[in-house]
Amino acid sequence: MKYTQLVISDPSQLIFGNTPYPVKTRRGLDIGGGQVYSELNFTLPVMSINDQTLPQVYDHYRQITEGALERALHLNSKGVILEFETLLEMTKTPAIGVEIVKIMNDICENYYQKHGLASEIRLTPNDLREFERPALQRTSRLLEPMFQLFEEGMLAGGDLLSIESTGGKEVSDEALMMCDIKAVLFSLAVLGVRDMQFLWKKIVALAGQHGKIAAGDSACGFANTAMVLAGKKYIPKVFAAMVRVISVVRSIVAMEQGAVGPDKDCAYEGPFLKAITGIPISMEGKTAACAHLSPVGNISSACTDLWSNESVQNIKLLSGMAPTAYMEQLEYDVRLMNTAIKKGTTHSHILQQLFVESDVYTDPQALVLDPANVIRISSALIRGDSYVANARNGALEFIEILEETLATGQMTLPEMESSYIPMLREELQGIPDSESDFIEMMLPQIDSSKFILSEYGL
Amino acid sequence: MNEKLAKLLEAVEYGKVDQKSPYPPNLKGMDGAHELTQQALDAGIRPQDILEEALIPAMGNVGRKFSENKIFVPQMLMSAKAMGASMAHLKPFFASGKIKSRGTFVIGTVKGDLHDIGKNLVAMMVEGAGWTIVDLGVDVDAGRFLEALSKNPGAVVGLSALLTTTMTNMGEIVAKIKESTPDTVIMVGGAPVNMDFCRKIGADFYAPEPRGAVDFLNQLAS
Repeated sequence: MKYTQLVISDPSQLIFGNTPYPVKTRRGLDIGGGQVYSELNFTLPVMSINDQTLPQVYDHYRQITEGALERALHLNSKGVILEFETLLEMTKTPAIGVEIVKIMNDICENYYQKHGLASEIRLTPNDLREFERPALQRTSRLLEPMFQLFEEGMLAGGDLLSIESTGGKEVSDEALMMCDIKAVLFSLAVLGVRDMQFLWKKIVALAGQHGKIAAGDSACGFANTAMVLAGKKYIPKVFAAMVRVISVVRSIVAMEQGAVGPDKDCAYEGPFLKAITGIPISMEGKTAACAHLSPVGNISSACTDLWSNESVQNIKLLSGMAPTAYMEQLEYDVRLMNTAIKKGTTHSHILQQLFVESDVYTDPQALVLDPANVIRISSALIRGDSYVANARNGALEFIEILEETLATGQMTLPEMESSYIPMLREELQGIPDSESDFIEMMLPQIDSSKFILSEYGL
Repeated sequence: MNEKLAKLLEAVEYGKVDQKSPYPPNLKGMDGAHELTQQALDAGIRPQDILEEALIPAMGNVGRKFSENKIFVPQMLMSAKAMGASMAHLKPFFASGKIKSRGTFVIGTVKGDLHDIGKNLVAMMVEGAGWTIVDLGVDVDAGRFLEALSKNPGAVVGLSALLTTTMTNMGEIVAKIKESTPDTVIMVGGAPVNMDFCRKIGADFYAPEPRGAVDFLNQLAS
């Protein structure tokens, strides 16, 4: 357990554009050093990826990058991150992913040399291991193309390394649907943590070898799945908010292994990571509605250092191609935040207050992102001696905050939601501090055919 | 309605699996679907009546409440578990032909796609409507669908996809199924899919949510 005290313990210091440990990039971006930058993410329109369509695939990425950077240039952007999140075929055959990084990087370099527009590529290979069930987290042959893409992709110009790793997802999917908080905690604080330790040790070493930036890992397949399920009214929002809190103990392992940020855009656990470790983060909210809906459109920007759209298909809109349009939306959002930063802390805090107050009492998932609550929960998340205890403590702190808020009348929840609170508290209180005791408790309760303990070092 | 069937209907609707089950709290200590099904059989109630007068209506109520946002998925899953406990008693009667299934539904997430939450929900609700489910899992290619159809002639097929890059695989699978068995009814679903896409690839039905799939299948069976 690397972190035992908060790097940012004063909520007023947890603010957009500034963090104690900014990250400087090759072309001069200073992420978290007094400015918010856009982070644009994009994907292909509906199409297959095969030998015949590869030229079109490459053309799409060329067109997206040129369109986005041209628009950023026109809007006097101070810098841009382009996230290249690979699709299955691009990781299985790393040469495809590497070629796309090259195409994008050539364009980035051209805009930098000709116009002084600094941009960097975040390279995010997809986690192939989930294609095997039960997953071979440590011995899978699929690790080879993933790491080949990491290495060759970073050499081709992918400077920031990220992944949405899936260790523990074998247990999490069913646990989410059953609202089984103990199984969620097992998937994230035991399996997820152990897989992150394995994976990020390698990623950090590789980045260090080539002078690149080990950025961060999102619990997207866990906590964002919960958020989307809650949005569809499949599971309670109270439960989804709690999953978010628990996901922190899993995602922070990247930093414990040496990742320095900026953390991944879809990791809404980012504010907690920023408070605990001081790294810069990327977040997404209202401008990510092109990819998924969320209840945290404004509040998610309260303390971000990069502002993202999550993902948009390269399709034609009335104004132009969708990634170009989203580049513009992101740039206007960050321009507003940067104007506030320039005018001083009073203005930054007023803008942050508006971001926070416009969302905070509308949903428990927004409530946890209030900077004051982030600090309270983060303190609980580092109080214990194990990841299991930390996850449990953080979740119980969230319940305290939720009940205090409900008592003030500022937030109301239907009985269908609030009836889960006592049940969740009781479940959490039954979780022991020690990881081994918890594993012993859980193994008879979960379907052990779904995962292989030895693949998690157990 | 027979009192035993009414009790069984209630147990399944509220997710009471067996007497030991602590869920739901208000039925604690009472007999669950497991005991009540055995009692119904012991009392001479026809297995087909148990299915049609208790289990299917119970799951119908559950599906309706879920569609109206009155319950969450976990409650629905508990009901499905209760129904499973009851079905374990009825299984021999399916084998002997004393109970007739409404049909067979072969479902899978298409090749290249691992997302199965939506697929599982559809499978569960369709099973609750009295259909036999053949769940092929995720990352399923055309060959496996064809193999399942050869073992279950006349089955309806459901294809699921969550990604814009994998929904294209639906077209290939639909084409191969229709080429092999043109009369097979195929329905498609998933976040990026819509009715236009369904028509374009030659599938027969699209539902934006699980209940729509159940209603369509029930129409086919009626």
